[in-house]
Amino acid sequence: MSALMQVLPYLIAAYVFLTGCYGLATSRNLIHAVGCLSVCQVSTYILLLAVGYRSGGTAPVFSDIKPGTRPLVDPVVQALTLTDIVVGATVTALLLALVLQIVKRHGTLDPDELRELRG
Amino acid sequence: MSRRLRLWLLAVGGAGLAAVLAAACLELPGFGGRSHPYGTRAVRASLARHTANTIASVNFDQRAYDTLGEMSILFAAVLGCVVLLRQARDEHRERPRPAQVARPVRRYALLVVPAALVCGLYIVAHGQLSPGGGFQGGVVAATALHLLYLGADYRALERVRPLGAFEATDALSVCAYLVLGLAGVLAGTAFLANTLLPYGTFNTLSSGGFVPLLNAAVGMEVASAVVVLLANFLDQAVEIVEEEAG
Repeated sequence: MSALMQVLPYLIAAYVFLTGCYGLATSRNLIHAVGCLSVCQVSTYILLLAVGYRSGGTAPVFSDIKPGTRPLVDPVVQALTLTDIVVGATVTALLLALVLQIVKRHGTLDPDELRELRG
Repeated sequence: MSRRLRLWLLAVGGAGLAAVLAAACLELPGFGGRSHPYGTRAVRASLARHTANTIASVNFDQRAYDTLGEMSILFAAVLGCVVLLRQARDEHRERPRPAQVARPVRRYALLVVPAALVCGLYIVAHGQLSPGGGFQGGVVAATALHLLYLGADYRALERVRPLGAFEATDALSVCAYLVLGLAGVLAGTAFLANTLLPYGTFNTLSSGGFVPLLNAAVGMEVASAVVVLLANFLDQAVEIVEEEAG
């Protein structure tokens, strides 16, 4: 494998994370900002799965392969990614619920217009 | 802070972070490498406890305590959504109107509901054997119910979805996970230690000791959590309307 391929997946994870950060900082719409946060989160999945990959590896599930016959990818990072996806989805839902309340109380989706606190 | 200044700050911070991240990436072990010490040990431990799906073994046996934390986050997020999306003082509920659905959509959706539901339950039940488990199967089962909203209308969905029951199930399944953990303490081993039940025959439904039970608890919690979440958002869209001013 070439030297670039050795680091490319990690660089992609970093790129996706920075893209999400850029979106978050320049966002003018709160729903868009929640989406950008999800993009940041997705970059961690890419990083985790890239760390756990093994060349020629298959899923670490033994219902149809005999243990020890094939190389396996790392199950620990897969388990981390799996739980993170579900929890990430519900946290996104919580943020969207907050956005809904902001729109109801302040009548705007633009974070720049939310300057003063109101009771 | 002006928009221009903010962009400058972002550019400087982003460039710094990008440089640090790139330097870190170069130091990481190469992509696709052979050495995965944790993975190798996790596979060995999973085989020793007769769990065919190593990922289920990691989630519900080796790192079961961590999954308890994930469940609590899930539960807290759902609780927060329910509180945030409740009916406010200046809002009232309208009965959703019956809706017209195109015949083919209706037929297909009603056909797929039972299949999708069974598929979700299957994925939960076989979590310790094949890819899947409580987290994935729970989401499939919960969203399967919502095909009724597409195929019929919101009132049909409300009839098959007693919200109170799903909220209670959500709380009960978190409790079930805790009680299963405490069973270990009462028996004289550690919290959430998978040592009480026999490990069973490898690659059968009842293998893995506590894994299928914890898996089922998580499946129930995820399914009811997703139902409650979607119900609250759908209520906002369909039922709850703001009262006219004045």
